[in-house]
Formats: sequence, C-alpha cells, structure tokens
Amino acid sequence: MEKATLTFTDVSITVNVPPGTRIIEMSEKVGSGITYGCREGECGTCMTHVIEGAEHLSEPTALEQRVLAENLAGKDDRLACQCRVLSGAVKVRPG
Amino acid sequence: MFPAAATFACPQPPVSEGPVEIVPGVHWIGAFDPNLRSFDTLMKTANGTSYNAYVVRGSAGVAVIDTVDETCSDAFFARLEAVARYDEISVLVLNHLESDHSGALAELLRRAPQAHVHVSPRGLQILRTLLKDAFGLYRISPVTTGHSVSLGDRSLHFLTTPNVHWPDTQCTWLDQDRIIFTCDLFGSHYCDERLFDDLVGDFRFSFEHYFDRIMRPFRSSVAAALDLIEPLAPAVIAPSHGPILRANPGDYLRHYRRLSSPRFGFGAGTDKTLAILYISAHGATAELAQAIRDGAAEEPGVRVSLFDLDRGELHPFVDLIEEVDGIALGTPTINGDAVRAVWELLAKLVDIETKGKLGAAFGSYGWSGEAVRQVEARLQGLKMRLPEPGLRVKLEPTAADLAEARAFGRRLAAHLTGRAPPREIDLADLAAR
Repeated sequence: MEKATLTFTDVSITVNVPPGTRIIEMSEKVGSGITYGCREGECGTCMTHVIEGAEHLSEPTALEQRVLAENLAGKDDRLACQCRVLSGAVKVRPG
Repeated sequence: MFPAAATFACPQPPVSEGPVEIVPGVHWIGAFDPNLRSFDTLMKTANGTSYNAYVVRGSAGVAVIDTVDETCSDAFFARLEAVARYDEISVLVLNHLESDHSGALAELLRRAPQAHVHVSPRGLQILRTLLKDAFGLYRISPVTTGHSVSLGDRSLHFLTTPNVHWPDTQCTWLDQDRIIFTCDLFGSHYCDERLFDDLVGDFRFSFEHYFDRIMRPFRSSVAAALDLIEPLAPAVIAPSHGPILRANPGDYLRHYRRLSSPRFGFGAGTDKTLAILYISAHGATAELAQAIRDGAAEEPGVRVSLFDLDRGELHPFVDLIEEVDGIALGTPTINGDAVRAVWELLAKLVDIETKGKLGAAFGSYGWSGEAVRQVEARLQGLKMRLPEPGLRVKLEPTAADLAEARAFGRRLAAHLTGRAPPREIDLADLAAR
C-alpha cells in the first residue's frame, strides 16, 4: 500500500497515515490548531494552509471551491474537513 | 427583574419621530429598542439599544445600508418610506447579517426586488440561508476592498473587515461625505433618541463595555480593520448600534486602537511567555506545577510564571492569558471532573483571543483522571494548539513523575521557541494520546 505522511508544523508532528485520510481526522488527534467547525464544508473554520505537497491532496469539490472562494482563501489554502491526503508527504499549518 | 416581553418585541417604535438627517441626503432610518435587557445572551443592556440603518441618496440611485431586528421592522419601514420610495432603491448594502441587522431584509427585498444587494463574500452563505428559495430571485454581488458602487454624485466603497465580530462583517465608506458605516464596529448598546454622540447622555461606559464583550475576542481583526479605516480620517462614524459618532471621530479611532492593542505593553521583550495556572486539592497537582515550571524555565528565551488559581481573581488571570504565548492548566479530578475554578476560567476565555496559543493540561487524580482530557478538549475548542499530550499522575507524584513533569515543561517551552524536535508517529501512537 502506498504510504503518505502528514506534517502539522504548529505542533511539530508528522503522522504516517493511510492514503485517503482527511486532514481533520488527524489534526484534532495530534493537537494541531486546525480545528473543525461545522465539519460539513460550509463554515471555513478548518481553513488549512498547505506548505508542501499540495499535489498529493484530493481535488477540491465544487462545494470546497465555493467555500474557499467565499472565505477569500489563498491559492495554497484548503478545507481540512474536505480534502484527503492521497500519497506522498504533505505539510500543513492552520490557515 | 427584567420585563418579560422586552427581549421579544420592540416595544414602541417611535414612528412619528421619523428619519434623522446626518448630512443632506444621508439619513438614519433605524429603530430604538429601549427595553432590551439582554443582547445575544452575551451582555446585559441596561438602557436598551438601537438598530441603526441608513439611506444614502445620490443623483442616480438610492442605497439602503443594513436593516433592523425583525421586531422593529415597522419603525424601519416607516422611516424608510419617509425618505425614499421602494422603486427608487437601487442598492442594498449588508454590512453584517446577524438577525438584529437583517431582520427586515426579506421583507425589504419583497418591496424593492430591483435592489442590487452588495454583501461580503463570507456573507453569501448566511444570505442563502436567510433568503432560502428566494435567494435566486435577486441580484446579489459579493464585494471586497476596492469594489465600489455609484449612486451618481455619490459612491459607496467597500472595505473587507472580517471577524468584527462575525466572519461576514464589512464596512462601507461614503467618500463624498467622509462617512464610514461600520456596522457593529464602534457600536454601543445605548439607547438615546438624541442619536448623536454630542447630544446623547454619557455613553462611554457602554461604548467600552461593548468592545469588551463583542470585539475583544477578535482583537487582531479589529486592529486589521483599523488599518483600513484610520487613513480615511472619517468625519462621521455610523455604527449599527448606539450613538452616531460625529463630534471627534478621531478620538474613537484612537480609543479603539488602544483597546485592540496588547494590554501589557511592557516587560517581556522578545521572550516567549508561558503561564502555568493550577489548582490543587492535596498538593500533588501543585508539585507537578512546580516541576513543570522548573523544567520550562531551563529553556532560554522563555519566561515562565506560576499561579495558584485558588488564590487569585478570575479577571486578572483572563487578562494574563490574553497576553501570554502559552498556558499550562493544572487540575485534579474530583467526581470525575475538572474542578469548578478551572471551568470558570475556561468559560471566561471565550472573551479573549486564544487562537494559536499553546495550551497544555496536567493534574493528579485518585481513580479515573478525566479532568486533564476534559481541559484539553476545551483548549482545543478555543483553537489553541496542544503539541504535548496532557500529563496525568495517579496520587502523589513519584521522583520519576516529577522528572517527567520537568521534561514536560522543557518540551512545552521548546514548542514556544520553535526549538522542539520534530516527531514522527504512526496512527497506533495516536490511539494512546
């Protein structure tokens, strides 16, 4: 099985995760400041800045694209409750 | 005892008093709610409040800026009708969509469906929810800083000022008259029909209290909004609650800047600051606190302070936590729970900005030790980062426990300075956290 790692720089932790893991599933467990609000992709509370490895994340859905735009997100920002780590190394911090 | 009906009905819309001119062509068309005694359950409102809405008339259009609480709609529409026909309204600006400002929105759009709605991008999702199926019936545009709309000889310019105090908040600038419509920013829950700051009673207490309860948790967002507003040097600040500020608007800008600045502008220099606050039933949690303090103090560039929660006042601790970079909170577990003083402190932290601070929990317990994890959950809810799993010790700490507490303190301090070594863990490790 392909390996993936997810690094949360605000708590200096890298987690070895199964491909397909949503960022929010790990961020709460490791104590990162990336926390959820609605958990349904609506509120933008879990905005996450992707420092490295954006290409290893799932493509944003139409819902995520809309919420990112409405929250004036930068090009490297994603919603932790929506996007999944597919492979490789991804490094994030709270957005 | 508060009047039972006060919260639910605008008692006596003083329709006969009509709109109030701010400058020719710009009118206040809001409503007074003198009997409101509790706002959003957040704060008491000892002499009520006002919901301020405005009309701006230009040579080629009329704009309405915000509406009022639904209970006060009659007064709002009566005042609006005194200065404009519904078919003249070309622009509707929604600076903030909380119900006390959007309560008349749906009805206003039914009466003036041609109005072009201007709202912040973040306001769109709330607007969809408010208007439901009618959302698609109207012309609605998201606007940000740099966007403007012309009314002919007047134009409105938008400033994106999020999180003062909702994500959707924005301000609107009328440059020809140098009036800034700030919605909740610069507001007061102070009801006085004389309306202008140079005519009303002494509302300074209400102005400051409003900041403390509504704006303080978003202090950095207020500062960012001021960065946009101060260079405009407005002649009038027109908020959505309380007096319109026209006598010395610069004074209010400067006061807001002070209120949104760090409370302790002295002392710590460039050092990171860690406050360890604890409460101890039999001394075990106090021993842990001291050991954590000793360990953290070994880290260069970190100032560590230690406080017994049981021997201090709540509000100064809240002020302290607002300014420090990190906190470690110690509590015993009593009856399967953190103790009351800890919960009281944690409840008060909603009044300050805590996002991104370092948080940690520790404590001694007798049987089950739930308190540490309960405190951690609350700290995460406050959007703090918790890089170290909480430290739990059964009964009296041993020498090994105290050594681990010192190491815990060292690690917390290292996270503050950015010198914490990176760690790599597997999913299975997380189950143990």
